[in-house]
Amino acid sequence: MTINPEVKDISTDYEYGWSNPEKYAFKAPRGLSREVVEMISKAKDEPQWMLDFRLKALDIFYSKPMPTWGADLSGLNLDEIYYYIKPEGMNARSWDDVPDDVKKTFERLGIPEAERAALAGVGAQYESEMVYHNLKEEWEKLGVVFLSIEDGLRQYPDLFREHFATIVPPEDNKFAAVNSAVWSGGSFVYVPKGVKVDIPLQTYFRINAESSGQFERTLIIIDEGAQAHYIEGCTAPAYNSDSFHSGVIEIVVKEGARFRYSTIQNWSHNVYNLVTQRAAVYGNGVMEWVDGNLGSKVTMKYPACYLLEDGARGEILSIAMAGRGQHQDAGGKIVHFAPNTSGSIVSKSISKDSGRSSYRGLVKIYEGARNAKTNVECDALLLDEEARTDTYPYIEIEEKTARVGHEATVSKINDEQILYLQSRGLTGDQAAGLIVRGFIEPIAKELPLEYAVELNRLIELEMEGSVG
Amino acid sequence: MTSPDPQPKTTQPSPHQIEIRDLHASVGDLPILKGINLIVPRGELHAVMGPNGNGKSTLAKVIVGDPEYTVTGGEVLVDGVNILEMEPDERARLGVFLAFQYPVEIPGVTIANFLRLAMQARKAEGEEVSFTEFYGKLLAALKTLEWDESIVERYLNAGFSGGEKKRNEILQMLMLDPSYIIMDETDSGLDVDALKIVARGVNSMRGPGLGGLIITHYQRLLDYIVPDKVHIIVDGKVVQSGGPELAQKLDTEGYDWVKELATA
Ligand SMILES: Nc1ncnc2c1ncn2[C@@H]1O[C@H](COP(=O)(O)OP(=O)(O)OP(=O)(O)O)[C@@H](O)[C@H]1O
Ligand SMILES: [Mg+2]
Repeated sequence: MTINPEVKDISTDYEYGWSNPEKYAFKAPRGLSREVVEMISKAKDEPQWMLDFRLKALDIFYSKPMPTWGADLSGLNLDEIYYYIKPEGMNARSWDDVPDDVKKTFERLGIPEAERAALAGVGAQYESEMVYHNLKEEWEKLGVVFLSIEDGLRQYPDLFREHFATIVPPEDNKFAAVNSAVWSGGSFVYVPKGVKVDIPLQTYFRINAESSGQFERTLIIIDEGAQAHYIEGCTAPAYNSDSFHSGVIEIVVKEGARFRYSTIQNWSHNVYNLVTQRAAVYGNGVMEWVDGNLGSKVTMKYPACYLLEDGARGEILSIAMAGRGQHQDAGGKIVHFAPNTSGSIVSKSISKDSGRSSYRGLVKIYEGARNAKTNVECDALLLDEEARTDTYPYIEIEEKTARVGHEATVSKINDEQILYLQSRGLTGDQAAGLIVRGFIEPIAKELPLEYAVELNRLIELEMEGSVG
Repeated sequence: MTSPDPQPKTTQPSPHQIEIRDLHASVGDLPILKGINLIVPRGELHAVMGPNGNGKSTLAKVIVGDPEYTVTGGEVLVDGVNILEMEPDERARLGVFLAFQYPVEIPGVTIANFLRLAMQARKAEGEEVSFTEFYGKLLAALKTLEWDESIVERYLNAGFSGGEKKRNEILQMLMLDPSYIIMDETDSGLDVDALKIVARGVNSMRGPGLGGLIITHYQRLLDYIVPDKVHIIVDGKVVQSGGPELAQKLDTEGYDWVKELATA
C-alpha cells in the first residue's frame, strides 16, 4: 500500500478527513468530453437509450451557462474534475467480499456499528459504485427493491425507464445536465403498493479520490399507499483541491403514499455541493425532506415538492451550518399544481466566523390550485459579528384562494443565555453548543436517534472555540 | 460537588464564607457599586433589601461573573479565594449559585437534559453522573417543589409563567447542591402557595454547609425564610445592617429613613 502523496490533511478539526490510498479499477481522464461519457456508458454496459440520453444531456450541459443567481461558483473548474472512477471489488454482496481498505473506510464511518444497531438495509456507496449491498430478507419478500442505480437499470428496465429523468430532466439546470451525462452510483428504490417499511433504508457514501466528482443519481418510487423512510448520511475526506458533488435525486410518491428522505451531509470544506432533489407527489400523498447541510465550501440545495394532485402534501425541514469560508445556500421549493394541496418549509441556519448562510425558497401556486396553503418559517442564528445570513423568499401566486405564510427571524447568540448556562457550570463552548442544539432541536427530533446524536456531535465539532 | 473546600495557601484554615471587600463595579462609565462590604459565613442566610435601582442585582451578577459589569475595585473571596478573575462556570463549580431575577429562556433544550449537563459539569474528569443519582435526586426535588415530573421534558423556561421560572430556579438549586446561594427576588411573581413551596425548598437546604444572600423587597418571604441578618443597600453601598427586625421596620416605615442615612 502506498499513500497518495497528494493527499494532505488540510483541516485538523475535520474528524473524517483521512483518506485511503487510491486503488481504482478504472479512472477516466480529467475533464468532460463525449469520449468520457461513452467510456462511462460502455463500462456500465448500458442499453443504447441510456447512452443517447447521456450524450443529449452533455449537449444541454454545454449549452447552459453557469448559474450566477446564487452562490459564488467562480472557484469551480469543471475541466479539472475526474468524472468517473470505478473502485475495485465493486458490488460485493456480503461484508466478507468487500476489499480491506474499503472495509476500513466503512469501519471508520461506523457502518458495522450501524449494522449491530440492527439498522436494516445498508446500501453503501464507495466512490461511484455500490460495493456493498444488504437488504433485509423480509423486504425482498414484500417486493421492496433497494439496489444500486446500475442494478436498478439492469434488473428493472421498464420501471426504471418509465420514471428516470421525468422528475428532474437534464434541461432543468446545468448541474442536472452534467449529472445526467456522467451519473454513476446512487440508489434505486421501489416500494410496492400498500407496503409499509418501518425501518429506514440507509446509505452512506463518500468521495475518496482527489478531484473525483461524485454524480450519484437516485430514483425512488413509492407506489400507492406505501410508506418508507430513506436516510443518506455522508462524510468526505479533506483534500487539497476543490471537489465537486452534483447529485440528482428523483422521487415519485404515488397516491396515498408517504415518504421521508433524510440527509445529513458533512462534506469536507473544499467541496462544491450542488444537488437537485425533487419529489412528485400525487393525490393525498405526503413527501417529507429532512435536509442537514454541514461542511462543503459551497452548497446549493433546494429540495422540492411538486404537488401534482388533490390533497398532496410536502414538507421540507432544512438545517444549514456555515463556518469560515463556507456558503450554504439552501432552502426548499413547494409548487402547488392542484387543489387542496399543502406545504411547509422550516429552515434553520447557523453561521459563524465569516460563514454565510442563505435561505432561498420558492412557493408557487398555479391558477386552479384552489385552497392551496403553504407556510414558510426561516430562522437564522448568528454566532458572532462576522457571520452573515440572508433570505431570498420567492413567492409566486396565481390563485386567489391561496394562503401563504412567511415568517423569518434572525437572532444572535445571546450573552444572557450564555451567562445563565455558565452560571450553572457549563463552559462557554458548552453553553453555546447547547443553545445551538436547542435551536435545531425541532429538526433534530425528526431524525432517528443515532442520526440526531451524530448531527449534534458534528455541530459540536464545528462549534469548538466559538465563544470566549 | 457537595462541599468544595479548596485548600488555602497558608496553613490557616480558610474561613467558610463569602467575603465582599470594598467592591466597586460599573456599567460602561457608570459606577453602580460604590464600595460594598459584606461577610456571609456558611450556615447563615442574609437578606439584602433596598430601593429599586440601587445595585442589588448588580451585586448578584458581579458575584457570578456577568461580563456586562466591570469590577473597578475590591475583592470577592469565596472560602478565602478571590473569584473575580474566574470565568462564571468556574465560580459555579466552586459552589456559587444565583437564582436570577429574570431567568432567560433557552428554547429546544429540555430541563432534564440541561440539569444532567449541569450536574455533569461539576464532576471530576472521568466521573459520570449515574442515572440513579440523577433520577433519584430529581424525583426528590420535584416532590419538594410539588411539581409534576412532566415539567422536565419542557424546554428550559420557554413559555414559562413568571412563577414557573422562579420555581425552576429553585429546582436547579436543589439539584446542584451549591454552597452559596444568591436569590434575586425569587419571591416576586410567586403566588402565596408557590411562595411557601419555594421557601420550603430553600429551608430544606439550610444547614451549616449553606450560606447565601436573599434579595427581596418583601417581609412576606422573610416570614418563611427567616434571615440571620438583614442588609440595606442604597446607592451601591451597604448603609445599614441588623437582625430580622430591620426588615420588619422597612415593611412598616418604607425606605425614607434609610435614604436619609445614605445621604447623611
Ligand atoms: N446592564 C446595565 N446597563 C445599564 N444600566 C444598568 C445595567 N445594569 C444595571 N444598571 C443600572 O444600575 C442601577 C442598579 O441596577 P440593579 O438592577 O442592580 O438594581 P436593583 O437594586 O436590583 O433594583 P430592583 O429592586 O428594581 O431590582 C440601575 O440604575 C440600573 O438601571
Ligand atoms: Mg434587582
